[in-house]
Amino acid sequence: MVDAAPKLSVRDLTVRYGDFTALDRISLDVLPNEIFGIIGPANSGKTSFLRALNRMEEFQPSMKVEGKIYFNGQDITAVRNVYRLRQKVGVVFPLPVGLPMSIYENVAFGPRLAGVRKRSELDEIVERCLRRAALWDEVKDRLNALGSLLSGGQQQRLTIARALSQDPELLLLDEFSIAVDPVTTMRIEDVLRELKDEVTIILVTNLVQQARRLADRTAFFLESELVEVGVTEDLFTGPVVDQRTRDYVEGRFG
Amino acid sequence: MQTDLDARGFDWYMDRAVAVGVFVGGISAIVFIIGIFLFVTREGLSFVIGPMDLKEFFGSIAWRPTSIRNPTYGILALMAGTASVTGLAMLVAVPFSLGAAIYIAEFATGRTREALKVLVELLAAIPSVVWGFIGLSIMNPLIIDLFDVPIGLTVLNAGVILGLMAAPIMTTIAEDALKAVPDSYREAAEAMGATRWQVVFQVVLPAAKNGLMAAILLGVGRGFGETMAVLMASGHSINIPTSPFDSVRALTATIAAELGDTAVGSDHYGVLFTLGIFLFLVTFVINLTADLVVRGVREQ
Repeated sequence: MVDAAPKLSVRDLTVRYGDFTALDRISLDVLPNEIFGIIGPANSGKTSFLRALNRMEEFQPSMKVEGKIYFNGQDITAVRNVYRLRQKVGVVFPLPVGLPMSIYENVAFGPRLAGVRKRSELDEIVERCLRRAALWDEVKDRLNALGSLLSGGQQQRLTIARALSQDPELLLLDEFSIAVDPVTTMRIEDVLRELKDEVTIILVTNLVQQARRLADRTAFFLESELVEVGVTEDLFTGPVVDQRTRDYVEGRFG
Repeated sequence: MQTDLDARGFDWYMDRAVAVGVFVGGISAIVFIIGIFLFVTREGLSFVIGPMDLKEFFGSIAWRPTSIRNPTYGILALMAGTASVTGLAMLVAVPFSLGAAIYIAEFATGRTREALKVLVELLAAIPSVVWGFIGLSIMNPLIIDLFDVPIGLTVLNAGVILGLMAAPIMTTIAEDALKAVPDSYREAAEAMGATRWQVVFQVVLPAAKNGLMAAILLGVGRGFGETMAVLMASGHSINIPTSPFDSVRALTATIAAELGDTAVGSDHYGVLFTLGIFLFLVTFVINLTADLVVRGVREQ
């Protein structure tokens, strides 16, 4: 697995908002079909990292991105059609966002944008994605109800189903469990373990134990810098390069 | 037994006084509206229960209230005038104002955006008599030249003027409605690979449709009630228009132009107030419809 070409290579990635440097020369690789965890305290640059991967600076005029991001070997900091890129990179935000349309339309939104028109095809995608997000059984009788009326945990799974609807190659999750109860969190974690066979997942989390449960490898961000990256268990029990990593995962600061 | 928990200190009295003050302020708006309605109804009632003939009133185009031998009070032509001008005004104002609101709320950034907002608000503050003046002195010769017609004070003139006049306020309301759509919707849609147009048309506009509907209905109400600009630009001749180049007369303009010449208590005086009641009722129905539409949308 280590020999595989990386799904994502980041080189000297710097993100600035005006004078504030949110990320300072980050370099790391994410391998295909792994869950790559990113941990770190608030304001350490985790979310900015995800935003850069999805070219979110397009709608934040103050955000400036430097460095190279290779996705499947292609530098995406310069690609013209960011819309195609975003179809290949799914995002799940911290707070669930049910778009103000029906549950069905929430999941069918992406495929419709991509030009899928046939009802039977859409039906199939909607059911498959809702099943993969472990939501199908709860909503199959009311697919036409408003997505925004679901509970927080259901909406977050709806968001995941939506992110999966375009068969992304890379799935970015930003602290997905913030607004979700522990039982639902566990269900989503199971979902992610199964999804790993098909997609590469980057999981930003402020729960150190969540990274330990899920991530194959984990990076530790602190104050805009990448402190350490390695096999997850090593951060907890193995040799660490930087003592601050061990201090953080053991809860001595952060 | 009196304890300090029952004490009526300064704060207690102050709280009471403010509560009463706010109540009076709130209730007075309702009292005034009911007062106006009662006054208009009382003045118009003598006509409604006296010489009014419903069939003639709504079915005849003959508006001859000053005829000594045989006065007739048909408002069909006046209704047609108001409806045609308002309709044309909406054809002008809806695309303009929605387009402007979408640009300001979704696409413009930084200084452009701020400048546009100020300008639109400035436009909304232009007095209607100035718009009427523009209709009379600029649009009138322009229409005569452009379309080779004998008179430029027409449905077209009044409709365009009224549309331009209603557009700024509609823009402001529509922009507020668009801004009320949470950014998280936009981000979620863009993260799915939607282009900005797709975000606007498939997510933002549907989410804001109640507010946009309110903006449009407000514009309709504005067009319906506008008096001065329509009086000056429409030609003020009693006529059921068959083309945009016909002159018309509006209900409101009729009241404004004729009320000063009537004797208090006369039939003519009464019929003008009846027009007022009619306008009041129509506006009420428009607002009620708007309310029901918005509710209906919400319940889906």
